[in-house]
Amino acid sequence: MVSTAYAVAASVTDPEMPMLTLADLGVLREVEQCGRDVVVTITPTYSGCPAMATMRDDLVHRLSDAGFDARVVVALSPAWSSDWITEHGRQALRDHGLSAPGPAPTSGGPIPLTLMPTARLVSCPRCGSAKTELTSEFGATACKALYRCSDCREPFEHVKEI
Amino acid sequence: MNDDEHSTPDPNDQHGSVYDGLLGTDTSQWAFGTDFEDPLAGVDTTVPDDLDAGELATYCLALGDDALVMSHRLSEWCSNAPDLEEDIALANIALDLLGQARLLLARAAAADPALVPALPQGSPVPVEDALAFFREAIDFHNVRLVELPNGDFAHTVARLLLFSTVRLAAFEKLATHRDPVLAAIAAKGVKELAYHRDYAGRWFLTLAQGTEESRRRLLAGLTDVWPLHDELIRAYDAGPDVDVILDQVFAVSAVERPEVGSMTGRGHTEALSRLLAEMQVVARAHPEGLW
Repeated sequence: MVSTAYAVAASVTDPEMPMLTLADLGVLREVEQCGRDVVVTITPTYSGCPAMATMRDDLVHRLSDAGFDARVVVALSPAWSSDWITEHGRQALRDHGLSAPGPAPTSGGPIPLTLMPTARLVSCPRCGSAKTELTSEFGATACKALYRCSDCREPFEHVKEI
Repeated sequence: MNDDEHSTPDPNDQHGSVYDGLLGTDTSQWAFGTDFEDPLAGVDTTVPDDLDAGELATYCLALGDDALVMSHRLSEWCSNAPDLEEDIALANIALDLLGQARLLLARAAAADPALVPALPQGSPVPVEDALAFFREAIDFHNVRLVELPNGDFAHTVARLLLFSTVRLAAFEKLATHRDPVLAAIAAKGVKELAYHRDYAGRWFLTLAQGTEESRRRLLAGLTDVWPLHDELIRAYDAGPDVDVILDQVFAVSAVERPEVGSMTGRGHTEALSRLLAEMQVVARAHPEGLW
């Protein structure tokens, strides 16, 4: 049975990409409910992601509004992967003009050096054109790369594979 | 209309500051980072029986210091990089490393609380901040490569290539460390460092094969950082896999491995003291401050 506390925690949104809930983003790992006491487990997307503090505060506030006494803890392992973004979350990204990540690189053996621009099949979230070019592997938040559409010329963000 | 609604606000009013009403008591609506969040909240930090807690703590501290100091140098590029994309990229890399530093300093403190400098009774400064802001240069364990003052962009690219190549190789091994906390931090870091290494490698190639001037600057930067290559390799216990990667970048860039000797001595250069003076000044001026 899905607990009420889980439903509340799952509906809290990411502060930087508010079209995604923490459940859609895949950072919400566990919600343990024992009467009014709730322990929520979240996993950071990137080691330095400054949104973590806000996620924690939002979780505590929303759960407190719903009558719970909440504590938020961190799970470092397994490390977050962009593969954990749900299909619903990917659609929400596209609906808001962001390009959703492709499959994350699989680990196993040494990580190969890539000196050519990262090869991705990225289509423009506005006009749908497949003719897009990478502007930068780093964007306004740790999790996004910058792209530009060669047809409609609009810049857009792509959530990186990690 | 009630005149009181538009009366001139008095910040010294007994009812509080003019800004109080904006947020009420919900401080979560302020910008990020106003409240301390333990990066290891809820993580089991018990040191496994077969590990020496002191050694583990010192090792994590060294890895954390490298990330902290390198992060600071990279963040000095904010608003100074050659173009907006590189400004953002270097800030992103600095942020990843700052995150690694926070986790590693917190891990070090949990493994050996004796490492943490003593602060006045009742000080609200968390352990990771005590380690970052209240230690003297002599107590930092970072390699000298990361503390060198910034040169031009090519110098930063050369330094970042060496640093991220060696750190990535080491973190790939550390991901199976017997301490599950360090292993988890390393496994996370691997994903970030792979992006950093590719970034540095691409710029290394671009500058080397760009114009005469970009190549001249890159070679000068590489020659400047290379004397600290050996110390870096030793600190990370790096194997031949690191040289394979570096030689791969050098080969496509048509750059020879520099033939300059290693910098001798140990400890730190004067540059670290100056860096720390700037980084620590506010925290030290307000040891009981709340941020």
